[in-house]
Amino acid sequence: MRFPKLPNPGLDDRIPSHQELERMEKEEAGDRPKWDNKTQYMLTCVGFCVGLGNVWRFPYLCQSHGGGAFMIPFLILLVLEGIPLLHLEFAIGQRLRSGSVGVWTAINPYLTGVGIASLLVSFLVGMYYNTIIAWVMWYFFNSFQNPLPWSQCPVNANLTDLVSECARSSPVDYFWYRDTLNTSTSIGDSGGLQWWMVLCLLCAWLLLYVCCLRGIETTGKAVYVTSTLPYVVLTIFLIRGLTLKGSLDGIKFLFTPDLNELMNPSTWLDAGAQVFYSFSLAFGGLISFSSYNSVHNNCEQDAVIISIINGFTSVYAATVIYSIIGFRATERFDDCLEGNILALLNAFSLAEGNITEGNYAESLQNLNGTFPETIQSLDLKTCDLQTFLSQGVEGTGLAFIVFTEAITKMPVSPLWSILFFIMLFCLGLSTMFGSIEGTVVPLQDLNIFPKRWPKEAITGIVCLVSFIIALIFAQSSGNYWLALFDSFAGSIPLLVIAFCEMIAVVYIYGIDRFNKDIEFMIGHKPNLFWQVTWRFVSPLIVLVIFVFYFVTKVSSNVTYIAWNPSSEDFPTLEVLEYPAWIYVIIFILAGVPSLVVPGTAMFKLIRRCCSNKNVYGAEVDTVSAKVQMFTTKT
Amino acid sequence: MRCLRMLVRILVLLYLAGAPALAQTLCQPNASNGYRVRISIKTALGNQAYEWNENEMFLFRATMAFAMRRYYKTETYNVDNIIVCNQTRRVSFWFVVISPENPTMLIPKADVEKAVSMSRHRINNAFLLTDRTLEFLGIYPTLAEPVNPDTPPWLIVFGVVIGAVFAGIIALLVSSLLQKRRKEKGMMEDGQDEEDRQMKGVENGINLDGIYNRGFTDDDRFTKL
Repeated sequence: MRFPKLPNPGLDDRIPSHQELERMEKEEAGDRPKWDNKTQYMLTCVGFCVGLGNVWRFPYLCQSHGGGAFMIPFLILLVLEGIPLLHLEFAIGQRLRSGSVGVWTAINPYLTGVGIASLLVSFLVGMYYNTIIAWVMWYFFNSFQNPLPWSQCPVNANLTDLVSECARSSPVDYFWYRDTLNTSTSIGDSGGLQWWMVLCLLCAWLLLYVCCLRGIETTGKAVYVTSTLPYVVLTIFLIRGLTLKGSLDGIKFLFTPDLNELMNPSTWLDAGAQVFYSFSLAFGGLISFSSYNSVHNNCEQDAVIISIINGFTSVYAATVIYSIIGFRATERFDDCLEGNILALLNAFSLAEGNITEGNYAESLQNLNGTFPETIQSLDLKTCDLQTFLSQGVEGTGLAFIVFTEAITKMPVSPLWSILFFIMLFCLGLSTMFGSIEGTVVPLQDLNIFPKRWPKEAITGIVCLVSFIIALIFAQSSGNYWLALFDSFAGSIPLLVIAFCEMIAVVYIYGIDRFNKDIEFMIGHKPNLFWQVTWRFVSPLIVLVIFVFYFVTKVSSNVTYIAWNPSSEDFPTLEVLEYPAWIYVIIFILAGVPSLVVPGTAMFKLIRRCCSNKNVYGAEVDTVSAKVQMFTTKT
Repeated sequence: MRCLRMLVRILVLLYLAGAPALAQTLCQPNASNGYRVRISIKTALGNQAYEWNENEMFLFRATMAFAMRRYYKTETYNVDNIIVCNQTRRVSFWFVVISPENPTMLIPKADVEKAVSMSRHRINNAFLLTDRTLEFLGIYPTLAEPVNPDTPPWLIVFGVVIGAVFAGIIALLVSSLLQKRRKEKGMMEDGQDEEDRQMKGVENGINLDGIYNRGFTDDDRFTKL
């Protein structure tokens, strides 16, 4: 029984047949680039999938959704959603031997919109992702000094006291919000370009350009370093972290399971979203990378291996991060307790050593019993280790505030700082390779630039345009713009594209044909697991996540958090509402890529109806057309 | 005569006996011209903490006298000019400074503060303590002047990285150009052979089972947008 599919005439004319693929394989024909060896391909894919999200999003989700219990939804959805989608993208790229636009156009010309949407998303996400790399580089440049600039507050102009903004918050906060971002108080207040940020941004884009100059020829060499160095650094940090006091508390806190969280639907939603975004699916980069493989490469095995590596990296990075966070929390707890003990000793003029951490609780009780007013006037802080541990931060806050603070408390801080930011830089750069691939190759497929322009020029233009637009992130309000891009450009459109990809392959290309293709490529038909997940389970999961995301975003009031030294709750970040004109920007970021999918289809439909041209292939009318048909078959 | 001498001796003895008592009344907690000192030896030195005793107190008074000498640039101050009172187990106490010329007159607070600030570093080092662990309540330590290098260190690292990146870009672009020029030269040389091969294919008829002609690229296969 054939699985139902939509009619799709002319498919055979648009794609190379199996015999043609064999011939191309044997004669190594065509000017398509190839991988030097399998290792380069695997490292590039691993690098693309493993990114900053593994380091600063997964640990936070793990800790806030029940610790060890979060592994259960994460692993289940990894198997049901991540691996099938990954295998699908690898297989379709390897079979149709083209980038995202080429693949979807070949399946059906009305599906070109899916490829264009991938192009737009890769472009937008690449822009803000490279800005994060620019921030990482700024911290890296500033790590070559002792003491580190974020370890102490600067003094004010007349050397009487520390700068007020810093004294009220903390040196790391001050360095991040003032010295690095010089952030304004709201997104509307642009504050002009910060020259040091522009320099770092320039450096980031130039470095990316030099690595992507010749496509996979250059990135293939770069990934030997960028994909392996993070693991080395993580291991070094793990060994260092385990020797610090309090690290085991952090790891215990991370993995302590709270099975009640499994009842909470948002846990499953967050797990699904994390799996989806962590695999960098729907960017088009993976399809492109896979298309440079030989036809008989075992894409099934690759998909499983890369998924396992990605999952393992998430857990490993979470362990390392939380060992360091445990150390920081213990330091803060000790400082808090010490401060309280000192206040008590000073107030009651007791000898040093009378009150220690051990007898603090009972001593406080005794004193409170005899002198309650004095105790009240002291205004002692409550020191609770669990509170410090659960000050769970994610995203830029984790890397640039929490972790940098922990580093300042370690001996030989500049070394750890340099290592940490090199690791973040490598993680980000290898993801950018996939992003650039997902932008440049569709542009070439769409013939936007003349054919004779070399790849270097196209890559250069993409980098230049991205750099110029990314200058909005170098303003004072840049941080708020980046958060906006992160919430909207990199979330909803990807879910739409992924859903369309699965529908396209299963129902328009035809799952039966796809199964035969895979059998041709790797030697055996995909088994029942793949059939069930491709046809029903994975599209359903993606659809559910999309609906929930959409509903949540649309129904909730869209707010953002701002750093405002003159606000009441300073240093807590202020919650502000977006101004009205931001909604236009949100529509451009999330709506345009999503609407391009049906939009292109309708555009082509209208063009076909108006001009009455056959979209599906050359009609055999004239002699020249006959020759055309012949050449497409060779 | 003898009576007079004895009277003078008694007066002197009384004076000497009474002077400390007099001085002691000058030193009081919350005295207007006195400062409170708080010392935290165990916090600063941990295992190597010494015990605070009379000898250490003597050293403190001597150091304060030294500070006053340094400030006034005179050699009249002595240990007796520093009066200490109200010592607690915390190790905190009050002290006042009396003028060497007039034992009943206290040196004003402001002058004492300036003297202490001037010699703070020396006082700290005498006790192996720091500004935080040897506190003069009311005298704020002057913060260290920040070290401002001529070029911020980050610019140096940035310069190195950007220089390497530019060198890499130029090297790769130049090598790409050279490669392309070499390929064009090569193509022109065996362009003649290609044409012969093409003729052969056509001669064999419609069946184009010949050598695959690399001249045709496969980009026409997909319909253009």
